[in-house]
Amino acid sequence: MDVMPKWADVILIPLISILLAAVLSALVILAIGENPWAALKLMVEGALGSTYGWGYTLYYATNFIFTGLAVSIAFHARLFNIGGEGQAVLGGLGVALACLYIPWPHWTVALLGASLMAAAFGAAWAAIPAFLQAKRGSHIVITTIMFNFIAAALLNYLLIGALKVPGSMEPATATFPPATHLPSFQDMFNFGETTFFRGAPANVTFFVAVGACIALWALIWRTRLGYELRSFGHSESAAKYAGISPTKIIMVTMLISGGLAGMMAINNVQGEAERLVLNAVEGAGFIGIAVALMGRSHPFGVLLAALLFGFLYQGGAELALWTSIPRELIIVIQALVILFTGALDNMVRMPLERLFLTMRRAKQ
Amino acid sequence: MDFATLLQMLDATLRLATPLLLACLAGLFSERAGIFDIGLEGKMLAAAFMSAAIAAVTGDVWLGLLAGIGASLVLSGIHGLASITFRGNQLISGVAINFLAAGLTVVVAQSWFRQGGRTPQLSGDGRFNPITLPFAETLRDVPVIGPIYYELISGHTILVYVALLAVPVTWWLLYRTRFGLRLRAVGENPAAVDTAGVSVVGLRFAAVGICGVLCGIAGAYLATALQAGFVKDMSAGRGYIALAALIFAKWRPWYALYACLLFGFLQALSLRPDIITGVIGFRVNGQFLDVLPYILTVIILAGFVGKAIPPRAGGAPYVKER
Repeated sequence: MDVMPKWADVILIPLISILLAAVLSALVILAIGENPWAALKLMVEGALGSTYGWGYTLYYATNFIFTGLAVSIAFHARLFNIGGEGQAVLGGLGVALACLYIPWPHWTVALLGASLMAAAFGAAWAAIPAFLQAKRGSHIVITTIMFNFIAAALLNYLLIGALKVPGSMEPATATFPPATHLPSFQDMFNFGETTFFRGAPANVTFFVAVGACIALWALIWRTRLGYELRSFGHSESAAKYAGISPTKIIMVTMLISGGLAGMMAINNVQGEAERLVLNAVEGAGFIGIAVALMGRSHPFGVLLAALLFGFLYQGGAELALWTSIPRELIIVIQALVILFTGALDNMVRMPLERLFLTMRRAKQ
Repeated sequence: MDFATLLQMLDATLRLATPLLLACLAGLFSERAGIFDIGLEGKMLAAAFMSAAIAAVTGDVWLGLLAGIGASLVLSGIHGLASITFRGNQLISGVAINFLAAGLTVVVAQSWFRQGGRTPQLSGDGRFNPITLPFAETLRDVPVIGPIYYELISGHTILVYVALLAVPVTWWLLYRTRFGLRLRAVGENPAAVDTAGVSVVGLRFAAVGICGVLCGIAGAYLATALQAGFVKDMSAGRGYIALAALIFAKWRPWYALYACLLFGFLQALSLRPDIITGVIGFRVNGQFLDVLPYILTVIILAGFVGKAIPPRAGGAPYVKER
């Protein structure tokens, strides 16, 4: 029997954790001599006060949905994929190769092709750690960390070598041909006189990300594979006894996870930059961890958490622009969210469980 | 490559291996007690900032070192609280600590010094200066031994010698003392230690504390000895390389020294591409040398060259059965 009702587990605990993280963040802002309330107002204004702000918020959220889903599905099989960053880097490489070397007739086909390439490259980068975990027992956390560094170096090597524009000093590929440019929200929500989302990078990929949420939900709770990977996550030995192959589950889960992380690249590489630059991922792979933890590894929770982090990112950029609070404050908030929703989960959970137990006893 | 260049390279190797070695031994204590620690990077970074900040304000590098160790210990405390007391996920806690340090150091540095997230340049007593060992000057002209002693062995900061000394001390502590036996046991089979009436929680906190002290020294070395001040993200992945070295060394102190010297040598090489070209005749990509430690670790982890088996109870919180 569960000690707590389900709503407490799904809503109350994350809410308290976020509140704790928020209070500590406010204290940090206070400690560096700024007003937390004014900072929050500025963030809300900057991220949600205009369609321009929303355009950025949704753009960042799109990145985080992909990486958050990637971490989530791995969590369901009790695998910790910390390599979303590297897989997203490789996804970017896949998108760049697809956009630069294949003459696409129309953006719809280009989106499909680039998505496939991004997913394939991301999945391939996750496949090696997955294989080593499944077959040789190497700890997947360590190998995926190592692969993040190897991916960064590989991209660096390619961008100052084979993929660089000849004669240019900048470590970046050429701009993708116009046929591959994805329609931005500005193009999509243009009603003659009033243009919404002017100049913001949010693009059609956002809907792909939402689609991915729904698809992943169906995969985890409505298919045989989803059942198998959840049972594997609950108990490896029980899953084995039921005839579920651990090798297969680890490989398939990590391929999907890597593919999702890689697909982030259609947003930031194809959708926004329209060329591949160094450090295009900007830590989104790691934010996926915070997003997955906060969203309780549920695709819908991931969507909400990604929106929150999108807001934090855009709000943080505005803060850095208008106050003396540096952008790194967002990294602090991110760390606090990971700490409270992930590592210190029991700190919130234990007293709550006790509370619910006494309440139930009082009723009886 | 002539003798003088070789000495130069080995000298640089020693300097670059020192922070790796300290962090690696830090991880060794923690992981041998069953607490995975991927937060080495964050602890080093926090210590680097605090040591540089306090050394810059007070002008005394020893106070800086203490402050650095203090900062690292605070993060260790958080890690212990999360992974021992509240039995949370040790890996997630480590990730959180890395981000906490990466963010807070810049935010606080900007607030205190307003120099774009760095600390003022340290000089004089504000940093650890090279010390010349006795007779280094007199022996300098003796062929072969003289230059080795003068260039390679003498003339480092005190923390380099501390790091080298930490290796036999760690070995002695782990393999020749009762504390060490218990510490290793708690990483393999905490239930047995508990049955023997020894506190699992106490031992693990002690290990995490030692880890914090060593990471603190490593971070202080970065900011006050290797360089003269703190800059954003100055640990530059060294915590992860130390983690790689730990696996490479299969969680043993002497092998940790060799692994860190190897990885330090690779770092020294990537700073001097001209030497590589001179020796092997063609250009080796610098990026390749930078990631070679990671690639080597993955190969070791894959078990193709010997098998790296971590402490058995590593990563699992201990729950006393009632």
